[in-house]
This record gives sequence, C-alpha cells and structure tokens, in this order.
Amino acid sequence: MALSGLEIYKLLPASSKDPEVKKHGNCKECGFPTCLAFAMKLGQKQAELSQCPYVEEESKAQLEASAAPPIRLITLSGDGHKLEVGNETVLFRHEKTFYHQPGLFVRVKDTQADAAEVAKAVGEYTVDYVGMDLTLDGVAVEADGGDFAATVAAVKEACPLPLVLLTEDPVTAEAGLKAAEGIQSLLWAATPENWEAMAKLAGEYKVPLAVHVDGGDVDALAALAEQVQGTGVEDIVLDPGVRDHVSSLSVFTQLRRLALKKNERKVGYPLIAFAGDDPVLAGQHIAKYAGFVVVDGFSPGTVYPLLVMRANIFTDPQKPIQVKPGVYEINNPKPSDPLMVTTNFSITYFSVANEIESSGIPGWLLVADAEGMSVLTAWAAGKFDAERIAKSVTSTGIGEKLDHQRMVIPGHVAVLMGELEEELPDWEINVGPREAVDLPNFLKMQWG
Amino acid sequence: MPTIEVPKEKWSGKVREITLGATAADGGTRAKTVTVGGETTLPYLHFEGDIPHPPAIAIEVQDRKPADWSPVLLEAWGDVTEDPAAWAKAAEEAGADVVMLRFSLHDDLSAEYARETLRVVLDATGLPLIVFGPGQAELDNDLLVPVAEEGKGEKLVLGVCEDKNYRTIVAAALAHGHLVDARCPMDVNLSKQLNILISDMNLPLERVVMDPTTGALGYGMEYGYSVMERLRLAALQGDGMTQQPMLVTPGEEAWRAKEARTEEGVPEAWGDWAERAVNWETLTASALVESGADILVLRHPESVKRVRAMIDALMSN
Repeated sequence: MALSGLEIYKLLPASSKDPEVKKHGNCKECGFPTCLAFAMKLGQKQAELSQCPYVEEESKAQLEASAAPPIRLITLSGDGHKLEVGNETVLFRHEKTFYHQPGLFVRVKDTQADAAEVAKAVGEYTVDYVGMDLTLDGVAVEADGGDFAATVAAVKEACPLPLVLLTEDPVTAEAGLKAAEGIQSLLWAATPENWEAMAKLAGEYKVPLAVHVDGGDVDALAALAEQVQGTGVEDIVLDPGVRDHVSSLSVFTQLRRLALKKNERKVGYPLIAFAGDDPVLAGQHIAKYAGFVVVDGFSPGTVYPLLVMRANIFTDPQKPIQVKPGVYEINNPKPSDPLMVTTNFSITYFSVANEIESSGIPGWLLVADAEGMSVLTAWAAGKFDAERIAKSVTSTGIGEKLDHQRMVIPGHVAVLMGELEEELPDWEINVGPREAVDLPNFLKMQWG
Repeated sequence: MPTIEVPKEKWSGKVREITLGATAADGGTRAKTVTVGGETTLPYLHFEGDIPHPPAIAIEVQDRKPADWSPVLLEAWGDVTEDPAAWAKAAEEAGADVVMLRFSLHDDLSAEYARETLRVVLDATGLPLIVFGPGQAELDNDLLVPVAEEGKGEKLVLGVCEDKNYRTIVAAALAHGHLVDARCPMDVNLSKQLNILISDMNLPLERVVMDPTTGALGYGMEYGYSVMERLRLAALQGDGMTQQPMLVTPGEEAWRAKEARTEEGVPEAWGDWAERAVNWETLTASALVESGADILVLRHPESVKRVRAMIDALMSN
C-alpha cells in the first residue's frame, strides 16, 4: 500500500532516532529544502528515494516494500501474445478502474482426441466489438492420464497463445514444461504435498506457479504461498480451491481485501478460477476478482458474450468510451431516408443506434464530435452546438448521400434550431424526441 | 501458524424490506406475496451480514403478442403470447416469483382496456404483479391510473415512475395501496432525489422500488452495474434515501441488442444465435445480481432457469 507523504517523512533523516542520521536532517542534498518537502514529492512519485544519501537501511526497505504493488503483476506469453494480470488497486471499478483483464483460458485434456483442434480454434478466434478485436488468452492443458507432453506440444503447435499446465504430479509437470519450452506458461499447481518439487520446477523453467489448497482455506493458502516464495519463486498465482458461486465470491473478495486493504503480502497475487461449463460463473469471476478464468469447452456463442462482459467491466470509468464521429448507416438506408444527429458518447450513440436498428426503419445517423459527452452535457459544455453540427454536416459530406436536406436533432437541444437554420440555411431542421426510446415512434409519425 | 484475520466491514445501514402483492388477509387476492431487500452487507457476502431474501425473478408478459420480439423469444413461449392470461400462467409455471404485465404501444390502449387486461391477468395468476405502461410518460399515466384503481389493494408495482410523471403515479399508488418503480437514468444523485420527491408526497419508502435503469451487455451494462454498486454502498453506509431495493430490466434491454435479436448479417464469430441470445440476457442479468439487483425482469424461460440456479447457488450458505 502506498505511504502518504507524512508517513514517508517519519522514515527520513529529519525524523530519525539515531543522532548520526538525524544530523543530516533537512540537509538539502536531495535538492529539496526540507525532508518534509522531499517526503511529499516521494509520496507523489515525483522524486526518487536514491536522491537521499542518508536514509537508513531499515527505512529504505520499508519504503521499497510500500512501493511494490499490493497484487503482483504476473506475465504469461505465447508465440507473440502476452498476457499481464494483477496490479489491481481497487475493489470496485468506480473507485478508479480495473487495470488488467483476467486471462480467459479454454481447458482441454490430454485424453481428448481433438485437443489440438480446439486449441487451434481458440488461437484463431477474434471478434470485433466497438472497434476492438477481442480474443481469448490461451489454453489450459490438463493431465488426465494421456500423453501430457505430446498434447502440450500439439497444443503449442496449433495455438500461439500462452498455456496453463494443469497437473499436480511433478514428473508430468516437467515433461509438460519441456514440451512448452520457449513460451511463458503458468504451472498449476503446488499443493501442501508437492510444493517443494513444484517450486523447484518453477524456478528451473522460470514460470509462474499456482499454489492450490482445498476448500477456501485462506490460512493454508497464505502459508503455502509463503513457503513457495521462500524458495525464491516470486511469480505466484493463488487457487483457494473454491469452485461454486457463493464460496468463490466470499473467498475471492476476502483475498482481494486482504491484499488491498490490509497489505497482506502473503496473498498479494492474482487468483485463478475454474468455471467449468457455466458461463454465469465465468461471468462472476470476471467481475469479482479472478486474474485467470478457465472455462470448459469452446463455443463462440458463449465466448463472445463473455469477452464483451470482460471488456465492459474493465472499461475505464474515468474515460467514457467514444465512438468515431462520422456517418453511420443503419438498416441499409436509401438517399430518401431520415438523417438524425447525436453525439459521440458511446452510450448515447448505442442508445440511438440501437433504437433505430431495432425499429427496422432505415436511417442515417450523423455522430458529431462532442468530445465523448452525452447530448445535454455536451450542449452545456459548448461541445454540441450549431457550429459543431454544421461542421460535421460539411466535413462528412452527408448532404451528397441524401436526396433531401432535412435532419432530426435531439429534443434536448431544441434551442439549437434557430442557430442551426442560420448555419445551414438550405436545411430543414426537425426537433426529435428527448429520449432515444421514442425515436422509432417519432420516425413513424413524423417522417413520411 | 498465525491466523490471517479476514477483514469484515461494519455496515451501519440496511436495505429496506419491501413486500410485493397482498393476500386476502391484507386486502388483496394474491396467493402469495414476495419480500425483497433487507440486506445488511454487499451482495452474497454472508460472512459479514444478512441476505434475508433472494432476489425475485419477474417474467415479462405483454398485453398482446409483441410485434417486435425476437423469434427466439416468441418460439420459446409459443401460442400463449396471444393471450396475456395464458401467458401469465405460463410465466408462473416457468418459475416466476412475480409477473410483469407490460402494455405495448398500439391504437387500442384505453383506460377500459387497461382495466380489463389487468383483471384477466389478476384472475389467471396468484403471483404479485408489476405493471408497466409503454414507457411514454403521458400515456403511462392514462393507463396506470385506471390500473391502480382496478387493482386496488393488490400492492402492484406501478412503473415506470420518473421525474416527468412521478406525481401522478405516486398519487395513484397512495390512493389505492400500491408500490412504485422509481426510475432514473443511471445516476446516484438523481435516484436519491427522486426518492426524496416521492417520500415528500408521503408515500412510505416501504413502497418504493428503485430502478437505476439497465444497460444491456455491450450497450452500457457497466454504467448501471457501477451505479448500483455505488447506491448499495451508500445504502449500507447509512444513506436512508438509497436504501430501496433495486429493480432491473435485463430481459428488455438484452433482447433489444442486435446480438440477441437477429441472426441475419451478423459476424460468424458471434456463434449460434439461440445460444448467444440466451447468454446475452443471462450474463446481463447475472452481472446485475452481483451488483445488488433485488428484482430482475426477464424474458426467456431458459434465462429464468439459469438466473434462478445462480441465485440458489449464491443463497446457499
């Protein structure tokens, strides 16, 4: 947990109990007038601790520890695809944002004849959502009594994404790690029984290691993570062994709180969750704190909604997503079909576009650049005025696609009508409804 | 081995308990009532507080066969969509706790029509009812006032009650013993303000359901999700004007999305239509269960099953 400026000040020479150190208090050698001023800058991350030549070793250790993220960043990589999870700082996305989307992995077994085929489909899957290419993150290969090494090799050959190797047997694990050499896999799992051998493998093959206990026992999990960490393995992932809705929600919340609010280092790692074939459980893991989500089976009709859910939850609430300003054609409009104007705030755009689309009425939607604000907010901020609307009419050349010169503006900005008629003297301006939901009806009644 | 102490929040607030429907003993005709709310912690964290009631699932039934519903939905219900009474019965059989009767927009809407439709649905099911108008403030008033009279004493939830028409709807609820669905566009302060305005009209807050407005998966779901988390946190921290149970409409919103509605001209990567469509509704709903929904209005019977399974799992403690 980051320390405040005042907490840092207590660790600097001016506050030292050792007179030999204290005499250097406020020496200005760091470039700041006092230790307090330096502490404040450190707190804001605008200065480096190394600028102070006199800071005590003990303080240094404390300050460095406080600078480490409360949930460690874990990186996996495949052949050109990298996945980073962890480094989260909040329990609720509205408090700031969630930073790293959980990796979504599809599980295959080494007894499964089509493992490589599934892996290929997983690796090739990509889907467009509001201009972003959403993809899965890898394949989890489970040792189930088949030829693990051969399956891992075949999956790696078929799919360029990172792998999770699922086995608790160190001999099998090593065979899998050998087959997966060249990429950064996650090894699952070290247990209270096998942890020494597994930790050794994780060290040798330089891969992150998941530690696994049964039944959501947080104490046992923390103890195991500490033991593994004691062998020098730093990249750890936690599996508290909960598989159902209610216990995973409780235990994952507890672990996240321990890491963030209690600064409990022993559990300061991302979590791995297994959702089986239940997309609802996978959805819960996405929203509530998993770093890796393993699902059984690959089916686009389920994967696509899950990827969209992940994109939604991990959208930064501080930066509303915008759509590109321009002309959007809905339901294949003809030159005689209506033209409507709105702003480029994504939710505004989606509300309007979705209403028109579901009504089945063809239309042209002109999205003005209102810097990502909704209609009323943008109007109040002067980002959605007659001048801007007129400019987008000209710059998009929408007039040339139509056989009429008539447009519908949102009811909330009816006041713009007069000014717009001045800016666009050849156009007829119609005031539409205030809410998108009333658009289809408005179009049916007013546009004919 | 030192034991790690699991951090527990000490919440001072509690969500209000609200009961939908009235049995004969309370002046209504419902076979049973449904109580929601009463939470003293965040959703399903049983280790630090009480979750006395599972969220209720309402199934949406329309007054006549919907003209704009996806064929996936219409096929799932079959012929009952032709008749609101049969549909309400089918909804009860499909596992609804509550039936939502929604009037669609057409030329036959009138006070008398609204009364008759309500009457046949009340006669067909013993479940509590939510009654929504077509969603245009003036028209809603014209229909919901006679509905409130006709259903006197049934403790219906009348909606939507928003800043434009709350006076009329609240007055009707006050006069005839109903509840209101207070809807605001995804904003914590607007929700609080509407609750204040409603309680200033002397409708007890035990008769107000808060509706934060629902966005479908992919179409703003996360805005509603976060507003709900903020409202629930405020409620637990003791802010009395945010302690209403929350009603959401994932069925309506998800089935409006192209992903659920059509199979024509969509990318291959979207996968099987029916599978995707039901997932769209289910995942929209399940995210809102996680963020504190107390009443979920759904449309597809399979989504009802899945959301019910999730709720059962989250309540099994």
